[in-house]
Amino acid sequence: MDNESIIVVRNLTKAFGDFVAVDNIAFDMKKGEIFGLLGPNGAGKSTVIRMLSTLTRPTKGTATIGGFDIVKQDNEVRKLIGIVSEKMIMYNRLTARENLWFFGSLFGMQKEELNGRIDELLELVQLAKWEKAQVGTFSTGMKQKMNIIRALLNMPQVLFLDEPTLGLDPQSTVEIREFIRKLNREHDTTILITTHMMGEADLLCDRIGIIDHGKIVALDTSANLKNAIAGANTTILTLEIANLTPDLLTTVRALKCVETVSQENSSHMKIHAHGDGAFDSIIDAIRAKKANVVSIQNIQPTLEDVFLHITGREVRDTADQKIPLAEHRRFGGGFGGASRGRGQ
Amino acid sequence: MKMRGKALMSNSLRIAWKDLVELFRNRLGLVMLVLMPIFMMGMVGFIFPSNNSLNHVSVGLANQDAGFGGSTVGSQVFLAILNRINDQTGMLEISNATNLDALKESVQKGEIQGGIVIPSNFTQCILSGQQGTLIIVTDNSNPQMSAAMQGALTAVFQQMSTMLAQQNVIAFNPAINATSALAIVQPYNVKVEGVVTGHSSYFDFIAPGIMAMTVMMSVMTGLPAAISQEKEVGTLDGMMVAPINRLSIIVGKTLAQTARGLLQGVLILILASVLFGVSIQGSILLVFGLLLLGVFSFVGLGVVLTSFAKDQETAMMIMMTLMFPMMFLSGVFFPVQQMPWYMQDISKILPLTYAADALRKVMVLGAGIPQITTELTVLIVFGVVMTGIAVPVFKRAMTR
Repeated sequence: MDNESIIVVRNLTKAFGDFVAVDNIAFDMKKGEIFGLLGPNGAGKSTVIRMLSTLTRPTKGTATIGGFDIVKQDNEVRKLIGIVSEKMIMYNRLTARENLWFFGSLFGMQKEELNGRIDELLELVQLAKWEKAQVGTFSTGMKQKMNIIRALLNMPQVLFLDEPTLGLDPQSTVEIREFIRKLNREHDTTILITTHMMGEADLLCDRIGIIDHGKIVALDTSANLKNAIAGANTTILTLEIANLTPDLLTTVRALKCVETVSQENSSHMKIHAHGDGAFDSIIDAIRAKKANVVSIQNIQPTLEDVFLHITGREVRDTADQKIPLAEHRRFGGGFGGASRGRGQ
Repeated sequence: MKMRGKALMSNSLRIAWKDLVELFRNRLGLVMLVLMPIFMMGMVGFIFPSNNSLNHVSVGLANQDAGFGGSTVGSQVFLAILNRINDQTGMLEISNATNLDALKESVQKGEIQGGIVIPSNFTQCILSGQQGTLIIVTDNSNPQMSAAMQGALTAVFQQMSTMLAQQNVIAFNPAINATSALAIVQPYNVKVEGVVTGHSSYFDFIAPGIMAMTVMMSVMTGLPAAISQEKEVGTLDGMMVAPINRLSIIVGKTLAQTARGLLQGVLILILASVLFGVSIQGSILLVFGLLLLGVFSFVGLGVVLTSFAKDQETAMMIMMTLMFPMMFLSGVFFPVQQMPWYMQDISKILPLTYAADALRKVMVLGAGIPQITTELTVLIVFGVVMTGIAVPVFKRAMTR
């Protein structure tokens, strides 16, 4: 098994003082696989990526990429990988070509080879005509394209993408997604991606790992993850009720079989429940309250439901905005539950 | 080993090139880069007092001489000589006042900066074989000005007294010639001989120090600022994921900061010689050599600070705290010898002291390497020790 795995992670742990950001995780990735790492803010996603890309040393445990140890053979690992972090790794006062030239030359690429590679990459994301413009004048979408092709300069076998579509408009998001898939298909690039967009993970990833409190709590294909909660006797309902009141929500929430209730809008509510007869008891409770049910939809679980089921939290609540790293560090620990350390 | 050294150097140069391109495209930053030395020089050069800074000082003159037997020859001679000296030097701008109280009032109003009073018995005293007393009125609220004026006027009066005495001796005994008469009145003559010819001003003292300070400070503050800024923005990760020696980041950034610092240093040198007539007595190569050595001795300190500072704000605060004592204790603005002993001891452990000292010796005194071996040794030792501490600390900090 191990001989075809390009990434092998064993007991990887990272602690910042008392706070354990990544807690004893282990997983393998096959060559050419797209692996999604999902988790709420502060779950340890970014820290995993930073360790694997040699930017941070693990406190305990090991990992190898292409057979090279991420600590002992870090420069060998660096030749194999590319990283797109949520921050733009790009100098605003340098032109597109100068930026790519600078980062490419640090990989020891020869002049002709590097020039050819830059032309090819700029063409690939349709930025060739802007090559002489300073990156500071680019739109966010253009910058993110630059950010991604920068990571591809050394033709990496493994690409780490940390929230690659965060803050992009829908059109750019689709473009970037297409590009990632193309890269994977045409160059067999192994991709580790973190995202808070469940749809994105569902679309792109061969396998998904859900990480929470620094631990991987679930790891499987998207389909299997969904089947697992369907098999766990979970009922997910969307009800349209003409006279939806807070009182009704409270009543439903109080039912023993109900896990979560969320109000979607003025007339819709979504209920997660489990156990036999859950459906009946919910309907009974609603009827008893003389609520006017307009429609009922028994829906298939989505990845979001899986996430909710496993972590007990909605990913959207926690991951829409990231708290800057520096803030985390400054208030580290003193914030109790609100801020659980730094990074992801 | 050789290959690795070569790769380290070429990567360092790439990083330095990148930093300099960024610097030169930052218009406002560039303007500040040029303005900073200009302001610094202008401020120090024009504001601090120099020997001939007494120019057109407005002074009130109250001549109350009542005369003796109808003659006011005493005050007339005095005024004649004073006017003659003043015509040559243009030191004073004399206006007339009625009496001492009027002078004092004018000083209080700020109309004049001081005054001279010739008392009513001036001629009487001189003609009756007594000393004639002159009163200098000074502005106590401005001690510096007051002291300077007091000094200058006393010197002028002293010179006048000597001239008068010389004439009196000749009058007593016409057989004595003027030279001998002067020797009788003033047996000792003081002649000041500098190590190099030509007079030197406060500016000659301060220019080398400012050069050393600007270059070294710009590296010491520039390095942590540049690295912590890249850390905050995230671009540092881009260099950290490249398979390069971590040292090339430090070396490259240091090269860029050194180039920036030297640019400012050269600007200061040009300004100093064009505006303030400072000339380099020693070798200009040695001057640049010393500046580079000064940079080397400071880099280690800068790197250590970079490793400790988590963000740009902290880095800047640490810098400011360290910079001010260094500026004032290194003898850049004020001679170290003027300070109390404990301050002098602190000054002895600051590398800037030695860099400024050596640079001053070379620029003002025309010293060569043999005359500054102590300073060179201290700078080299300090640099080697600090770099020895800095490299492992930095390597650790970068992979936390």
